[in-house]
Amino acid sequence: MTWPQRKPAGLDASEKKSFGKGVFRKCDGCDETLPAEDFEVNFEVCPKCGKHHKLSADGWRELVLDDGKLDEWDAHLAPTDPLQFTDGKAYPDRIATAQKNAGAKEAIEIGRGHLDGRPIAWGSFLFAFMGGSMGSVVGEKITRLFERAVTERLPVVLLQASGGARMQEGILSLMQMAKTVGARERLRDAGLPFMSVLLHPTTGGVAASFALLGDVNIAEPKALIGFAGPRVIESTIRQTLPEGFQRSEFLLAHGMIDRICSRLEMKRELSVLLGHLGPQAHG
Amino acid sequence: MYVLPFEKPVVELLTRVKDLRELAKSDQRLTTELRRLEDKAGKLARELFADLSPWQKVQLSRHPNRPYTLDYVETLFTDWMELSGDRRYAEDAAIVCGLAKFHGKSVAVVGHQKGRSTKDKVTRNFGQAHPEGNRKACRIYEMASRFGLPILTFIDTPGAYPGIGAEERGQSEAIGACLAAMSRAEVPIVATIIGEGGSGGALALGVANRVHVLEYGTYSVISPEGCASILWKDGSKADEAATRLKITAPDLLRLGVVDCIVDEPAGGAHQDPAAAARLVDTALWTALRELEGLSPAELVADRYQRFRAIGALLA
Ligand SMILES: [Zn+2]
Repeated sequence: MTWPQRKPAGLDASEKKSFGKGVFRKCDGCDETLPAEDFEVNFEVCPKCGKHHKLSADGWRELVLDDGKLDEWDAHLAPTDPLQFTDGKAYPDRIATAQKNAGAKEAIEIGRGHLDGRPIAWGSFLFAFMGGSMGSVVGEKITRLFERAVTERLPVVLLQASGGARMQEGILSLMQMAKTVGARERLRDAGLPFMSVLLHPTTGGVAASFALLGDVNIAEPKALIGFAGPRVIESTIRQTLPEGFQRSEFLLAHGMIDRICSRLEMKRELSVLLGHLGPQAHG
Repeated sequence: MYVLPFEKPVVELLTRVKDLRELAKSDQRLTTELRRLEDKAGKLARELFADLSPWQKVQLSRHPNRPYTLDYVETLFTDWMELSGDRRYAEDAAIVCGLAKFHGKSVAVVGHQKGRSTKDKVTRNFGQAHPEGNRKACRIYEMASRFGLPILTFIDTPGAYPGIGAEERGQSEAIGACLAAMSRAEVPIVATIIGEGGSGGALALGVANRVHVLEYGTYSVISPEGCASILWKDGSKADEAATRLKITAPDLLRLGVVDCIVDEPAGGAHQDPAAAARLVDTALWTALRELEGLSPAELVADRYQRFRAIGALLA
């Protein structure tokens, strides 16, 4: 089979020249120092040890969607500050910083794309935006993703990377769990498949709502997936947690997910799964 | 009876009323004096409790003498039949489920249950459900929907349990499945937050057509202690976090998260559980009356739209 190959994106000619002069990165998995480009062309998977480093939403689009193209929906939806929340830094300031850094209004993008020619409804968390946390906007966009998938008769592929509910929107964040699951159930009633892709990390309010309710739950290797964070559990039970606890392999062994899939195989696996579960592509 | 520092003046007054009530039983001449003192106590309790801080309300919502689910079950229902087990792994006493009659009509009941004695507290894991408790709830939601029984839930938990076994057996999926089953149920659902509404564990009983909160109940995405330790690495700043998180009944009403606040007797539900139960009874009865005209499909749609509308954003 052919492995996906990524063009180093966002680098102009002058930057490329500097490679020789030493743009290097150390792998978090094997500690090998390799040219940064080696990670980039491999979608942030270490070519030596296979460690999956975080891939941006842009990278995911490029990896999975045909021509990397997404017809984005509702990108204009922006958060507000319903609790006038501050923790030393005011929530609106936190939002402004996150928006600037992530180049997006919120922690998820949704829209319509194609996967091997098949139209799909696509959702992808931006972990860089406040840890992919779910407040009102993320909840609303996930709801709209499911609702529009029903209207347009599309399967849903949703990539999760989230620390859970967003504390700064308090109880309204908790309510998004109910709202999104209600919408997920409408997709179920419409007979359309939900491919839930679990990336590192998927915890808290996102894990405990729609994330594990996929028709197929598919995770990247060694992703942290769980209800409570490891530190919360450790402080509750006053024990050190076992090696590999709450990682993808642990969830597979305990029957919570269907498959663990290398990032570089993700498009192929999703394509085969959608081929089985339909709906049939137009024409 | 356990008395919180700020409760003291109210408790003293209420104790005097109680004593006088005993005396008045055998001496008719005290009746006028009793009425006067009852009025005064009620008024003073309202005044003193009007200025409670959010953190003080959190303490009331966790008060060890507060009526729990099974106390309400005893006073509100007849023909109670507790149902146990998730049919998969275990029985979890942190959540009680059963069938009962409410004003002569059968209903399904699901509620968190904290323990009263030390032993009971441990058995019930302080009202913190494992996946089995949530799966038992899920089973009852599905059964109630099939048999057309309205579902009444009572929320009172610090949260779903965070532990090794809970993660091994899929706490996340168990909560998600509860949210889905509640969304799908083709019967009226009324949830009442009787004490502590802690995070996802509370929400697993909270996807209802009507959500009620008792006057000193709270509902939060994270415990004030948890919030403080994340924000300031200092769990002792919980009082500060309680204020910032907007978790008291009036906040919840303003944010559209609850539909009504159920008043509590003077000094809180634990000062007069029977009176508290009467107030809960009236609220439940009213809500069920409002919902009884809706068809199964309309009930599902009503619940969907209720939660669909919650949130704050710039469009
Ligand atoms: Zn490596």
